[in-house]
Amino acid sequence: MSDITIKITDREGVVHEVQAPTDMAMNVMELVKAYELAPEGTIGICGGMAMCASCQCYVKSDHTLPEMTPDEDAMLAEAFYVKDNSRLGCQIQLTDDLEGLEIELAPES
Amino acid sequence: MIKTDILIIGAGPTGLFTVFEAGLLKLKCHLIDALPQPGGQCAEIYPKKPIYDIPGFPEVLAGDLVDNLMKQITPFEPGFTLGERADTIEKLDDGSFIVTTNKGTKHHAPVVAIAGGLGSFEPRKPLIENLAGYEDKGVEYIIRDPELYRDKCVVIAGGGDSALDWSIFLSEVASEVTLVHRRNEFRGALDSVEKVQELKKLGKINLLTPAEITELEGNGKLEAVIAEKEGERIRLETDHFIPLFGLAPKLGPIAGWGLEIEKNAIKVDNTLDYQTNVPGIYAIGDVNTYPGKLKLILCGFHEATLMCQSAYQRIFPDKKYVMKYTTVSGIDGFDGTRKEAPKAVVKAIE
Repeated sequence: MSDITIKITDREGVVHEVQAPTDMAMNVMELVKAYELAPEGTIGICGGMAMCASCQCYVKSDHTLPEMTPDEDAMLAEAFYVKDNSRLGCQIQLTDDLEGLEIELAPES
Repeated sequence: MIKTDILIIGAGPTGLFTVFEAGLLKLKCHLIDALPQPGGQCAEIYPKKPIYDIPGFPEVLAGDLVDNLMKQITPFEPGFTLGERADTIEKLDDGSFIVTTNKGTKHHAPVVAIAGGLGSFEPRKPLIENLAGYEDKGVEYIIRDPELYRDKCVVIAGGGDSALDWSIFLSEVASEVTLVHRRNEFRGALDSVEKVQELKKLGKINLLTPAEITELEGNGKLEAVIAEKEGERIRLETDHFIPLFGLAPKLGPIAGWGLEIEKNAIKVDNTLDYQTNVPGIYAIGDVNTYPGKLKLILCGFHEATLMCQSAYQRIFPDKKYVMKYTTVSGIDGFDGTRKEAPKAVVKAIE
C-alpha cells in the first residue's frame, strides 16, 4: 500500500516523474488522465476497455508487465504508430512491481 | 427546413433521454448525429459491453440500454437526421437558431442542446502520404452506397468486423475484392472470419496478410495501391481503396461555434441548467465541463432533465411550469398514447 514512481514522456516529449498509488485499482491510462498529461478527450476514449488505441504507450524500461490479452493484442493490430514495445495503458494495472516504470505516450491517432 | 422545439446534437444516451424529459413538457425534439444509428459510443464502440452503474439496472448491455431508451422515447416521436454532422449554426434576430449539417440539411429551433459526447465520430485514417488527395477520388472511409462498387476493383484494409463484413458483402457486388490486414489473425466475429476464409477458397476474396497499404498511385483518380508484405512491395491495380480502421471522436465544427471550450469540452456557466456562454445553447453529458463534472451516463440524464426545465422557460417565458411526477400525471405521447397508473377501485362495503 504505497506509491510508486513512474516516468511518463508526454506527446510533446516532456518527461514527467509522477507518484502513482497502487491501492486504488488504477491503470496507466487512468494515471495519465489523473495527472492531465494528455488533453481531455484524447486518451482513454473507450473508457479503458481495450477498444480504442488512444492510450497506446511505448514501454521503455524492462519491467515485466501483465501478459497481453487477446483484446489488447487485436486492438494493437489495427492501431497506428505501433512498435514492438507498444502496449495499451488501460491494460497495465499499477502494482508495486512497476516501481520505476518508464513509458512514452504514442502519438494521437 | 426541419423545425422543432429542441434541436439535440448527438443521439447518445443523454441526447435520447432529453427527448423523454422534453416530451413530458410537451416539447418536440429532433436529433442530429454523425453516426448512421442512434446510441453514440454505446452503439458504436461497445454495444456488447455490460454497464453496471445505471440505476435500476444491475447489469445492462450498452446496446440494450440504447434499445430501451429508444423504446422509452417512442411516444414523443423524435425526428432524426442521422449520418450527418452538425456543421454550422446561425443565430436569428428572434434568438432562435438554424443548424446546417455537412450535407446541407437545415434545422430551425429556439433551443439547441449539444449532447455530443466526445464529439462526432470521424474515420481513423491510415498514415499514408497523399491519402487526402485521393479522398472521394477512389478512397472512401465509409461505404454509403454499395452500388458505387458494382463491377469495380476494391481493396479493403483493416482487421475488424467492418473490414470483414464489407469484404463479404462486396464480394457479391465488386468484380474483385482484396482484403489487406497487418496480421494473419482477424478480431472480428468468428462466423465472419470463417465466411471470409470460405470466400477466399472460392476465389471471391483475395486475402493479403500480413501486409499494409503504404502508397497510393493515380493521376487525379486512384489507379493502384502498393502493399508491403514481409518486405516485398506488391502493386495492386484498383478502382477503390477503403481503409476501415474504426472511428475516433473529434469535437469537430462545434469547436468553432463561439462557445467557451476548456479541456476539449464545452464550458457551461453553471450547473443550474447547463447553458453555455451563448444563451439558448445548452451542453449536456460528456461534452460539457464545469467544476465537479463527472463523465457518467447517469450524470448526463440528470443534466438533460434540468436543461429541459430551463429550455421550457426560454421557449415559454410567460408560462409557469410545475414539475410533475410521472407516477401521478402519467405520460401523454405525441402519438396519442397515454400511460398512467391504474385508478383505484372504490367500492362500498355493505
